[in-house]
Amino acid sequence: MKKIEVLGSGCNNCIRLEKNAREAVAAAGIEAEITKVTDYAEIMSYGIMSTPGLVIDGKVVSYGRVPSADDIKVWLGE
Amino acid sequence: MTTLAARRAEIPLWLTVLAGTILWLVAWFLALPLSTWIAFDVLGLDPASQLGQAVAFFLFDVPKVLLLLTGIVTLVSFLRSFVSPERVRSALAGRNAVIGTVAAAGFGIITPFCSCSAVPLFIGFVEAGVPLGVTFAFLVASPMVNEVAIVLLWGLVGPTITIAYVLAGLAVAIMAGLIIGRMRMERYVEDYVWTIRAGSAAIDFRPTMGDRVRDAWRATIEIIRRVWPYVVAGIAIGAFIHGFVPTELVVKIGGEDNPLAVPALVALGVPLYGNAAGTVPIIDALIGKGLPIGSALAFMMAITALSFPEMVILRRVMKPRLLATFVAIVAAGIMVIGYLFNAVT
Repeated sequence: MKKIEVLGSGCNNCIRLEKNAREAVAAAGIEAEITKVTDYAEIMSYGIMSTPGLVIDGKVVSYGRVPSADDIKVWLGE
Repeated sequence: MTTLAARRAEIPLWLTVLAGTILWLVAWFLALPLSTWIAFDVLGLDPASQLGQAVAFFLFDVPKVLLLLTGIVTLVSFLRSFVSPERVRSALAGRNAVIGTVAAAGFGIITPFCSCSAVPLFIGFVEAGVPLGVTFAFLVASPMVNEVAIVLLWGLVGPTITIAYVLAGLAVAIMAGLIIGRMRMERYVEDYVWTIRAGSAAIDFRPTMGDRVRDAWRATIEIIRRVWPYVVAGIAIGAFIHGFVPTELVVKIGGEDNPLAVPALVALGVPLYGNAAGTVPIIDALIGKGLPIGSALAFMMAITALSFPEMVILRRVMKPRLLATFVAIVAAGIMVIGYLFNAVT
């Protein structure tokens, strides 16, 4: 069970990132829990300033851009 | 979906970029002959008539501006992927106040910034020891001197005004940063900001060239999709002003004989936030009708720099007093620029 967190205050980019993450999970056929982190203090605790950020199992894999579902699928496989 | 992705991956990156560039150039050089042909041959309008002029103007300006936006925004988004706010922050932390403020205003031009990332940026800067004044210089310059505003000004109004706008924007940002830095307002930052402990910097990612190009293109599509209705509407209104609004009216209301024109335009600019795309064509038409340059610049700067949604977001990290000071200083700076340019031109 993978734990995916989408970091961002809820702007368009964050919504797109969450959508891509869901697609990636579906494509990879794995089980994952996707949560949105909107609290600034918590976002900052990952050391990033440019949202949206993507965290898989506690590790920041991307920030400041919206990776495609294909990219995320690769990271999920790692 | 999978087949499409697989096929796309087979086309080399340079070929995609080259094909895109050629398409763009063809469209660029076809826009003028095509627009005159449609206006005068297909629609049969008289080139000498006011209506014919307005329609030709509209048909040429819309594709011209959209093409310029597509090209420049893609290029800027691509270049921008090399400069992250994380890197700007480490360049700014621990600098001398004056040099830092000037540098921050300069960085504001090249770094991405939408109002939704204002808060993480603010916290991140302050927390890393970037002085408050330097942070504010960045917060002011970043939205004001942005590529969409620059492209529209350059393409519709001309290079002189564009350069004046960029320099004036930098001046306001530097001045606001220096004044706020001098006022020692650290205690008016919301207390929780100081207690946030940012994690150590995330790994510095190196996206591949393909990622950068694809991201840039996606960002461009996003922006164009958002602004095109405003561009079309703005150019239509501009064409209308161009043809039908009397010059005397514009000069009387917005001219230098009306001392309230500059503050009124600044106030009008606040709710128009994010609509630079729609207002530049209107500003262009108004300048053509005698609106003084200073008034036009002040209007444009108020639209990009002062926005109600951004104030609401920034309120989360600033106590009311700091937020009010920030807005007052920026508004005052914009008005000074307005009066100054009106006086010398």
